Amino acid sequence: MAKVVVVTSGKGGVGKTTSTAALGAALAQTGQSVVVVDFDVGLRNLDLVMGAERRVVYDLINVVQGTIKLSQALIRDKRVETLHLLPASQTRDKDALTEDGVARVIAELREKFDWVLCDSPAGIERGATLAMRHADAAIIVTNPEVSSVRDSDRIIGLLDSKTEKAEKGERIDKHLLIARYDAGRAARGEMLNIEDVLEILSIPLIGIIPESQDVLRASNLGSPVTISSAQSAAARAYQTAARRLCGEEIEMTIPNDKKGLFNRLFGRRAA
Amino acid sequence: MRVVVSGAARPQRSMRFRGRSYMAFVLTPEPPIADWLSELDDWIRSSTGYFVGRPVVLDLSSVTLSGQGIAHLVSELSARDVRVMGLEAADAAALAPGLPPVLKGGRPVSNVEAIAPTREKPQSATAQAAEKSHEPPSLMLDSPVRSGQSIFFPHGDVTVLGSISSGAEVMAGGSIHVYGALRGRALAGTGGNSRARIFCNRIEAELLAIDGYYRTADDVDASLRGKRVQAWLDGDQLMIAALD
Repeated sequence: MAKVVVVTSGKGGVGKTTSTAALGAALAQTGQSVVVVDFDVGLRNLDLVMGAERRVVYDLINVVQGTIKLSQALIRDKRVETLHLLPASQTRDKDALTEDGVARVIAELREKFDWVLCDSPAGIERGATLAMRHADAAIIVTNPEVSSVRDSDRIIGLLDSKTEKAEKGERIDKHLLIARYDAGRAARGEMLNIEDVLEILSIPLIGIIPESQDVLRASNLGSPVTISSAQSAAARAYQTAARRLCGEEIEMTIPNDKKGLFNRLFGRRAA
Repeated sequence: MRVVVSGAARPQRSMRFRGRSYMAFVLTPEPPIADWLSELDDWIRSSTGYFVGRPVVLDLSSVTLSGQGIAHLVSELSARDVRVMGLEAADAAALAPGLPPVLKGGRPVSNVEAIAPTREKPQSATAQAAEKSHEPPSLMLDSPVRSGQSIFFPHGDVTVLGSISSGAEVMAGGSIHVYGALRGRALAGTGGNSRARIFCNRIEAELLAIDGYYRTADDVDASLRGKRVQAWLDGDQLMIAALD
């Protein structure tokens, strides 16, 4: 049974696209079939982060409008063969997404893949609400700073009211992914600490991704960090987050590049 | 014109009349009146007490009614606890004595639509509570109130088991009880209830208000921040004190 997961945040620039790519790759590396879908129509980036920008012919809008078949738009990753990308259109805007079209595409993806990861655009408008519309679960990407946390809170409210599941009276699974965490700055009080973020958002934590040069380098290389430097702290954090997404219970740690400090415990477990 | 006050020995004084402007809700009946009234009934049913204590002006520009018709409409409305304080676009000469005066020169203000059907999740909660009229008038929320959500419950008390986030607001006709942290806005006693109170387990509120008297975060004593507090109204002063 396929699982549709929306990666969302409200605020822009917190790491939705990077996280979608890294988690998608991590899930695919376990042998499951994965598709990452770029919903940021008009401002597409996921193709760049995945290193597939030169192979895009058709896109999500073409499939939504029914002018081509889904299989024509899917791009298979060259490094991990169970990983696929459905790119967004750069020349259109979010109004080109129709509700029925999106529903049909998601239903079709559900039949083909184990995981459908939807990379939501920033904001709370049409693109973001359509990206979350059919999700079974959501990953809310947050940076440990007040504006990001408040926007995430707003998105959680929308997830509980505007998704198909919420309208049926069911509850969508929500997971918090804290990205760009800098232990040093948090200790000096320049950043919100993890406890504060969890207290405000009160949803279970799925992972803490440390601020890292590896992530930046990976994005610019067009290769998700879980593929390009799989041993780095950030990649390990994404790998464990992916395992938690699959239902494994793993104790929460803040991955650190220095050996021996890896097991610094947090005293809080992912629920 | 001089106002003659009885008693020749009293010096004559002029009386002062002051002008003051107030905000009023304008109801615009549309023909056929019977349908409009039943629509109003539906609305009142889903938000009991909405018109209590609110000044209402009747705009008659969309209908043509005789003096008798106007009198009948006003009595129909007062039977629904809607008290009409003035009429707009009516012919003053046609009105029977005892009807509200004709008003002119009203200026529209931004839509004060307080119970718009566009509200997110909370609207359904309000509607449900109103349907089951045998239940006591209170609303219990077992999930946190998230940023951007607005909860309006004019019927009575609101209890929130989680937190009210920054950027969220809860408005209640009665008191507001928050068992988590109050980081957003809480407006109690919105229908004119000065005895309403606000209780919270941890105050980090952006704004507290009771019966229209409010305080923003800046006006709250810094030593109270993060404490368990209650807020109440003492005259026209909004008081806040720690609970323990």
